Amino acid sequence: MSAAIVVEELSKRYGDFEAVKGVSFEVAPGETFGFLGPNGAGKSTTISMLCTLLTPTAGRASVAGFDVVRQRMEVRRRIGLVFQDMTLDEYLTADENLRFHAELYGVPRDETRQRLDRVLDMVGLTERRKSIVRTFSGGMKRRLEIARGLLHSPRVLFLDEPTVGLDPQTRSHIWAYINELKKAEAITMFLTTHYMDEAEYCDRIAIMDQGEIVVIDTPAALKASVGEDRVQISTDNDDAAIGLLESRFGISAVRSEGTVSFHVYGGESFVPRLFAELGLPIRSVSVARPTLDDVFMKYTGRTIRDAEASTTDLIRNNMWVRARAR
Amino acid sequence: MATTTETPVISVSEARGGAHEDLRAVAMIWRRELIRFGRNRTRLITAPAQPLLFLLVLGTGLGAVISRKTGDLDFRTFMFPGVIAMSVLFTAIFSAISIVWDREFGFMREMLVAPVHRSALVVGKCLGGATVATLQGCTMLVFAGLAHVPYSPTMFLVLIPEMALVAFTLTAFGTMIAGRMSQVESFQVVMQLVVFPLFFLSGAMFPLKGLPGWLMVLTKIDPLSYAVDPMRRAVFAHLGHHAAAAAHALNPGMSWNGWFIPTGLELVIVAALGLSMLGGAMYSFAKAE
Repeated sequence: MSAAIVVEELSKRYGDFEAVKGVSFEVAPGETFGFLGPNGAGKSTTISMLCTLLTPTAGRASVAGFDVVRQRMEVRRRIGLVFQDMTLDEYLTADENLRFHAELYGVPRDETRQRLDRVLDMVGLTERRKSIVRTFSGGMKRRLEIARGLLHSPRVLFLDEPTVGLDPQTRSHIWAYINELKKAEAITMFLTTHYMDEAEYCDRIAIMDQGEIVVIDTPAALKASVGEDRVQISTDNDDAAIGLLESRFGISAVRSEGTVSFHVYGGESFVPRLFAELGLPIRSVSVARPTLDDVFMKYTGRTIRDAEASTTDLIRNNMWVRARAR
Repeated sequence: MATTTETPVISVSEARGGAHEDLRAVAMIWRRELIRFGRNRTRLITAPAQPLLFLLVLGTGLGAVISRKTGDLDFRTFMFPGVIAMSVLFTAIFSAISIVWDREFGFMREMLVAPVHRSALVVGKCLGGATVATLQGCTMLVFAGLAHVPYSPTMFLVLIPEMALVAFTLTAFGTMIAGRMSQVESFQVVMQLVVFPLFFLSGAMFPLKGLPGWLMVLTKIDPLSYAVDPMRRAVFAHLGHHAAAAAHALNPGMSWNGWFIPTGLELVIVAALGLSMLGGAMYSFAKAE
């Protein structure tokens, strides 16, 4: 079977701002593919183009074998989408929101009831099914949206920041269901996240930053590519510390989250050497095994949190763009 | 919370698409409008307040000034079809403009990604809004007695379909505008620049007779005039003989160049406009991203 998603040099430009800068990748059927990156990296814009909600400025993409521009309806018949922002009708009950979805997304009538029961059970909202959504907490609304995205059993499921704001218990329930679903069906999943632990569920991850894909690989391979432990120290003079690390150890360190951060093999055994030879008082030190955050750091030079702090302007731009796109 | 592992998964399926699916979407969107209308009890009860204010306060006040011309006829009787039209107009436009709220709160995307034609979404919305506006118009019929309009079933049988027709045309018109509106704030602009002129020029509040030329032209351009007139004819036809003379003074009827337009043609005009507005609404949604 051919690829579930094919993307070639896809771009989206808003005036002078290029939200997505010619990205290319393929996702195999049954694969769980993750987009990891800070807010404003272009993840949601890419998803919107793949879901036929936005027209690309350049490049092409196909989902389930159909072109996202020329064969929109064919694409829509085969996809499910859990949006980043709330898209429920708050004046309807949970049941009514799901029923609305079942009718619009062509769920066979005789199966509707049964499917409603199942997805409500999955997200633990069975007892609240007759309640107006306006009375729900943020987490309950999110769960209802995920239930709705799975209701019509799409072949390709897009999850845009699916579990933002959910408690760990609900997150694990949802992931457990998704994994069950994947075992039973050749469902392809495409998700965006900026939670490192969620990215670990993916078969492959694309790291996206400032509209470009920096690297694509499996979580294990990405972590292995970092290899080194991450050491963070705080000193009274960070500039001097960065200079000394360079001159005495040949290590290039960066400032990150108020500390000096660098990567080194065997971090724990390096710490005694550091204290002995740096020649500068160290106030605190922490050593961590590589995580996807380190992978992000390695490929972009920043942590996700730093990237988000420094891209405030980009986000603002992006929100403006999103408001216009609606 | 239920144990997830025991939840059997749903098999992958593809929407078949086609006319049947589009019809289901139309029906569901129509139902959503009705559910929301039924749930908003406050709106249901307070919505007649403004038309009643026009009828009872403005109607009584104006009636006192012009009573020598109206004879036996209460000016409020004249205004009654006007305030029904007002009720239908405001409800229809409000329903249509709720699309902008749907967009603001994201629900629009749930509809736009659905594997149905955009035109199905538009038709559902227009039928739903029209139904709601007609129901709201019907609540005004309860107050017929306050305007000395008889509770005549045959009159209601004429009025209600007329209300439904104009409700549909107005919802389609509102939907066409809403398709191009991106901000809730624009709603005020639409009310001031579009809805109020439509209303004031329609003959809902004063007879379209003996007006200055420029105003006469504007009232004939206003599509709503062709909807208010048939409704007024229906009311006046049920008043009895004593009101005939006054009716003639107050109810000149729409005419072009002295040619009296038959009710049937007026309704055809409203219907034709409704269908072209529907086309316009479909066009404006087909282009929306």
